[in-house]
Amino acid sequence: MRSIHVEEITQVIQEMCVETNYYLDPHIKKAFYQSVKREESPLGKEILTSLIENADIAANYQIPICQDTGMVVVFCEIGQEVHFTGGYLEKAIHKGVRQGYAEGYLRKSVVSDPILRKNTQDNTPAVIHYQIIPGDQVHITLSPKGFGSENMSNIYMLAPSEGIAGIKKVVIQTVEKAGANACPPMIVGVGLGGTFEKAAILSKKALLRSVGTKSSLPHIAALEEELLNTINQLGIGPQGLGGITTALGVHIETYPTHIAGLPVAINMSCHVTRHAKRTL
Amino acid sequence: MPVYLETPLTKEKLKTLQVGDQVLLSGTIYTARDAAHKRLVTQIKNKETLPISLTNEIIYYMGPSPARPNQVIGSAGPTTSYRMDAYTPLLLEQGLLGMIGKGKRSEAVRMSIQKHQSIYFAAIGGAGALLSHRIKSAEMIAYKDLATEAIRKLVVEDFPIIVAIDIKGNDIYRDSKKKYRKLELFSKK
Repeated sequence: MRSIHVEEITQVIQEMCVETNYYLDPHIKKAFYQSVKREESPLGKEILTSLIENADIAANYQIPICQDTGMVVVFCEIGQEVHFTGGYLEKAIHKGVRQGYAEGYLRKSVVSDPILRKNTQDNTPAVIHYQIIPGDQVHITLSPKGFGSENMSNIYMLAPSEGIAGIKKVVIQTVEKAGANACPPMIVGVGLGGTFEKAAILSKKALLRSVGTKSSLPHIAALEEELLNTINQLGIGPQGLGGITTALGVHIETYPTHIAGLPVAINMSCHVTRHAKRTL
Repeated sequence: MPVYLETPLTKEKLKTLQVGDQVLLSGTIYTARDAAHKRLVTQIKNKETLPISLTNEIIYYMGPSPARPNQVIGSAGPTTSYRMDAYTPLLLEQGLLGMIGKGKRSEAVRMSIQKHQSIYFAAIGGAGALLSHRIKSAEMIAYKDLATEAIRKLVVEDFPIIVAIDIKGNDIYRDSKKKYRKLELFSKK
């Protein structure tokens, strides 16, 4: 049995809240540079150049890349040999969010009730997903998610007969409908299989992969590539103002599913897509 | 070449602007997003006096992140505009002349913009750090309890925006996509 004090959790959560909001993922920045060269729309090129400049200003002046510093999503993979001391794990996570958003001058964007809509003033609670894994390590992945793109997400329960053609159709339709609202160039997370809620969680997990990485499954990697090519032929372009850089990546995660089902969840994400991971 | 535009806006100035024009805006604008719009519209319907005059003004759909002690404002990019669509025609009737946001508007808003000879600009979504450097002063002036959603008076200098819907009702989101589209899928038959 390995003991981990929950204060360590609070510390890493706090750090990740701040760093993800100030420092653009280098893989996204690299994708911007590649896209500027390819983009056919002069306005699109200018927008991509502005996004690179924006990332530099954010890092140099410690200003959040985007004012929507998101609702915090945390994935906790906890080794079953780990014992937490010093308090309750979930409270420690929320405390890390509270401290990160206060000390990092990040926007508090969470309301306590979806109907009553009173701001909690500290960006808590986070949305937390736990998984028990073998071993004595804890992996924490944190992703502050903005809602311009989150609002454009969708889930479909397809019939198995609809197959790959059905998947392509609903992904492309979701991207078309999202258009400028998802702040293109976007990253598209797709969850295939499982149950209704599993597909949604997979689609969120897909966004945690660095842009440019491919699925390890050859048939899924091929689908990712085909979808990316198709999306970039839609004409939406940077900020939806026309162009060929609509998405920087399509990431698909899969899980076994039921004989009667083909769940497809599409989690839309913007060009800021933030994520960080720590292992304790 | 960008067009330099200064507030206060006039209908005369808007006549020279066309969809797709890149504009550098200087002068005074006001922020309001979801919650502030709801209150403004409630006050208008109740025939109450509004905390700001909307006549010839520009509203920027934006809720900033907090400013550090040495900063004018925190990150300050646009939020998605469609959520304000339900409120916009009434504000245009009250004399509002311009809006800055991001994303497509409803057909009702596009027609209302054309009817009132007003304008909708797009700012770059997710460029909040860059845009914050073009804001020279920020003052919370109404609905302070709404915190990030309160109405702020901003003075901006060379604030980069793009004409998204012009006074003729031309809409960049409707038209620009066609130019770069390489395929037609799932035609709406």
